[in-house]
Amino acid sequence: MTAAKAAAPSPVLPTDNYVTINNISKTFDGFRAVHDVSFSIRKGEIFALLGASGCGKSTLLRMLAGFEAPTAGTILLDGLDLNGLPPYRRPINMMFQSYALFPHMTVEQNIAYGLKQDKLPKHEINDRVQEMLKLVRMETYAKRKPHQLSGGQQQRVALARSLSKGPKLLLLDEPMGALDKKLRTQMQLEVVRIIERLGVTCVMVTHDQEEAMTMAHRIAIMEAGQISQIGTPAEIYEQPNCRYTASFIGSVNLFEGTLDEDQIDHCTIKTADLDVPIYVGHGVTGMTGMPCAFAVRPEKVSMSKTRPEQMHNHVAGIIQDIAYLGSESVYHVRLQSGKMVQVELVNAVRWGSERFAADDAVWIYWEDESGVVLTA
Amino acid sequence: MKSLFNSLRASSSFKGMHWLVTGFPYVWLLLFFVVPFLIVLKISFAEAAIAMPPFTDILSYAEQKLTINLNFGNYAYLFEDALYVDAYLGSLKFAAVSTLLCLLLGYPIAYTIARLQPAVRNVLLMLVVLPSWTSLLIRVYAWVGILKDNGFINNFLMWLGVIDQPLQIMYTPVSVYIGIVYAYLPFMVLPLYSNLVKHDVRLLEAASDLGAKPWMTFLTVTLPLSRAGIIAGAMLVFIPAVGEFVIPELLGGPSVLMIGKILWQEFFNNRDWPVASAVAMVMLAILTVPIVLFHHYQARDLEGRR
Ligand SMILES: Nc1ncnc2c1ncn2[C@@H]1O[C@H](COP(=O)(O)OP(=O)(O)OP(=O)(O)O)[C@@H](O)[C@H]1O
Ligand SMILES: [Mg+2]
Repeated sequence: MTAAKAAAPSPVLPTDNYVTINNISKTFDGFRAVHDVSFSIRKGEIFALLGASGCGKSTLLRMLAGFEAPTAGTILLDGLDLNGLPPYRRPINMMFQSYALFPHMTVEQNIAYGLKQDKLPKHEINDRVQEMLKLVRMETYAKRKPHQLSGGQQQRVALARSLSKGPKLLLLDEPMGALDKKLRTQMQLEVVRIIERLGVTCVMVTHDQEEAMTMAHRIAIMEAGQISQIGTPAEIYEQPNCRYTASFIGSVNLFEGTLDEDQIDHCTIKTADLDVPIYVGHGVTGMTGMPCAFAVRPEKVSMSKTRPEQMHNHVAGIIQDIAYLGSESVYHVRLQSGKMVQVELVNAVRWGSERFAADDAVWIYWEDESGVVLTA
Repeated sequence: MKSLFNSLRASSSFKGMHWLVTGFPYVWLLLFFVVPFLIVLKISFAEAAIAMPPFTDILSYAEQKLTINLNFGNYAYLFEDALYVDAYLGSLKFAAVSTLLCLLLGYPIAYTIARLQPAVRNVLLMLVVLPSWTSLLIRVYAWVGILKDNGFINNFLMWLGVIDQPLQIMYTPVSVYIGIVYAYLPFMVLPLYSNLVKHDVRLLEAASDLGAKPWMTFLTVTLPLSRAGIIAGAMLVFIPAVGEFVIPELLGGPSVLMIGKILWQEFFNNRDWPVASAVAMVMLAILTVPIVLFHHYQARDLEGRR
């Protein structure tokens, strides 16, 4: 799932707060697009803002770039307070959604544009442009106009242009938005390769979870103008902290219930969907009787035709639907309570999927450590 | 979709329609441009005569001989008499300066309108176009009332005490410039607007993001991208302004020499239709230069974009 990833970050370093966002809010005539968001970004990190359409990701990014002024809050970049600085004075460059390449300029001129604004000597500009063209492997297209390039090529030019000035912070707005699926996967890895080679700190915005998980070192999940969770892709996937994150990333089975027993090393949850309590191998800090949810991913649920041996975490149901995906199959199982549960099984042997058929009565079950308790 | 179109094209009724549709502009051009053009061309090679119509026929058939009498004298005459050359140059100068003034005035107007809310834009565009709905003649006469010695401007300035003698604006080149710029401004604003309104604001943001100050962004992004609009607007002002007659006639005094006025005088005062026709032909020849340039740029822009 994860491509080129930096080593797990060590505790707290001075570079941990390279970009600090303090209580940032943005209100558009009464509408709160971004509400009291605070977090910090490490130097050299690729940080993704992930969320559904309209959750305020672009607005947050545009405040970093300087196109929108925050209604409240401050942004610090490497100790520099960005408040009140116009975009053209910020050491930040952005790669725009659908690129915004200058149509009347060649590839070369597009990349040189930012350097010319700094009034660098001509030969220095030329050297830098050549370096950038080489970095994105577009040397042979230097004299073309943007409309003579394919989508993927335009994207490389846009990336080269935004990197040409060596920004302290690179912003990517839906970097793969305009590419088709196959090219997207290829470019995701390529862009990460380039960014990591230069060691530039990067904030990207996407609504594609796969893209965020492939490219980013850390992800912030945004919901309705606020951040609901920040973590590495694995943390976000394996340890969602709320129902929204759990269901936004990948698919999940959520069992609503109440906290029954709460110990340091385990807890149990009573739910109407299972006859036996759900036993979870980690404790929660909550009160007994409080409503909570148990989340378990489809691939962590097992299925058999016979009643499993274990005491907890099993329930009987009927297979309603089977989605055969080749490498795995997803079974939609209806429990007696009427709840639908997804079970994903790897088809490890040929014709393995034929073990189960629609309308089979089955038992589903999972391990103590397979899921998490969500209290929010 | 395509096969539907092909089968439609194959059917005979569509074929007839097809010819009608593509043929119509040609018939129109033939009737209202080529035929009149040939008639004027023919007259320009005739000699003035006291007759009805007041020129000789260039074709004569007598004693089984068809004679063609082409008189190049009218054209030679135009270049002998400095009056005509001066009038052509005067017209070109008035048209060029007016075009420049229209551009300097029209660009900020078009730019501002294009940056406003869509609802406000339409109202303002309406205001730009609205004056053209009344007769040009009436509007030019209104300027007489504004510019003349005891007109609005002079009375107002004298009332303010800024001047104690009326300013001579009427019957000077200034009044002609005012008239032409006023009359043709919408033809500059509209093509500029329709170009500027299509500009992608993200390009401006990209320029700003890359370190360009607002003024630099305008010079390096907005201005080059609006070139097609500038050329279109300039042509729409320049070409008719060269042959403009009403405005120099009403607002310009004898010192204002423009070819439209000369044409009128040849035609109506001197009743010399052949010379008048030659004047018109030469003017047309001069105007083909900017027209060809215009089409050249337009074609290049069309193939350049998208
Ligand atoms: N200039 C603006 N004026 C008014 N409302 C705005 C403006 N820009 C954004 N909004 C609103 O703020 C909210 C967040 O917008 P934003 O563009 O940040 O969403 P997003 O998360 O980037 O969504 P998407 O994935 O669709 O791009 C939306 O509801 C949007 O309608
Ligand atoms: Mg967006």
